[in-house]
Amino acid sequence: MSEHSKSSPLPTYFVVFLALLVGTALTVYASGLDLARFNAAVALTIASIKATLVALFFMHIKGASEKLTKLVVIGALFFLLLLLGLTMTDYATRLWS
Amino acid sequence: MPDSSATGLHAEAHDPALLHHFAEPQQQRDAASLGMWVFLATEVMFFGGLFLAYLVYRLKYFGDFGAASKTLDVRLGATNTAVLICSSLTVVLAVWAAQTARRTLLIGSLGLTMILGLVFLGIKGVEYNDKFVEHHVPGASFSFEKVPIPGHPRQYSDPRHAQLFFSLYFVMTGLHALHMIIGLGIFLWLLTMAWKGRFTPEWHTPVEIGGLYWHFVDIIWIYLFPLLYLIDRHP
Repeated sequence: MSEHSKSSPLPTYFVVFLALLVGTALTVYASGLDLARFNAAVALTIASIKATLVALFFMHIKGASEKLTKLVVIGALFFLLLLLGLTMTDYATRLWS
Repeated sequence: MPDSSATGLHAEAHDPALLHHFAEPQQQRDAASLGMWVFLATEVMFFGGLFLAYLVYRLKYFGDFGAASKTLDVRLGATNTAVLICSSLTVVLAVWAAQTARRTLLIGSLGLTMILGLVFLGIKGVEYNDKFVEHHVPGASFSFEKVPIPGHPRQYSDPRHAQLFFSLYFVMTGLHALHMIIGLGIFLWLLTMAWKGRFTPEWHTPVEIGGLYWHFVDIIWIYLFPLLYLIDRHP
């Protein structure tokens, strides 16, 4: 935190804030387009970019001095992907049912 | 860093913000924030189960989920997304105000965050009310017209599968709303502490980790909004 006090983080906060609002407008707009199979992919990509912006800049992951914090975040994402990924290897391949 | 450059044990013992089992304020802050992140990791798994249930049934009953999703009000959902993003901005402003000892900005930002949180819950209440009026709440009085499934001629949505969508809708948004209510409680406490002038640039840990919690709840909504409202709006 001490290194942050030298230069104000406010411009970053406002840029991220605007990017989040633009992302929201963009995802609503994109949902009205016919992108065939890619509507969900586009929506989730925009959501993930927004979530990353919040985590990096609002939750200060980018400037975190403690590596353990980053490890916890990566660990949480890893286990979430395990949960979703491994389960879908089952459900997505049940072609016989 | 604290203004005192004395390194003796005595000087540290007199820093009221520093607990005795920490070597320095930075370590104390890191420990608190790490603890919050570990809690948020458990929350990721908590919500993760629901996202998984959603994913499985969305793929299984693709058209029914699309038809049910179309009955949600996108304008209200998008407004709520913007409201939460604004509240995330007021939270980072509150943390910055605490770091830089701006008491008025701190109290104002915390208060504004609470107002935005209440606006979110109010809009959510309007949406829930609409669902009750339309009999889209799962249960004995549930009813859903058999609408044609887009892209599949002569196929109609099954009300039972639509009911599954609304079950997930109410559980996911309901759990999210519960987190918002808990967040409002935390921020009321932060506001009281800020009013009493308890936060200093050296010690404002509750503002920081309370803020982490609020941002996390925002991130959950960032995913809920497209998954519940936007999945089948294209022609």
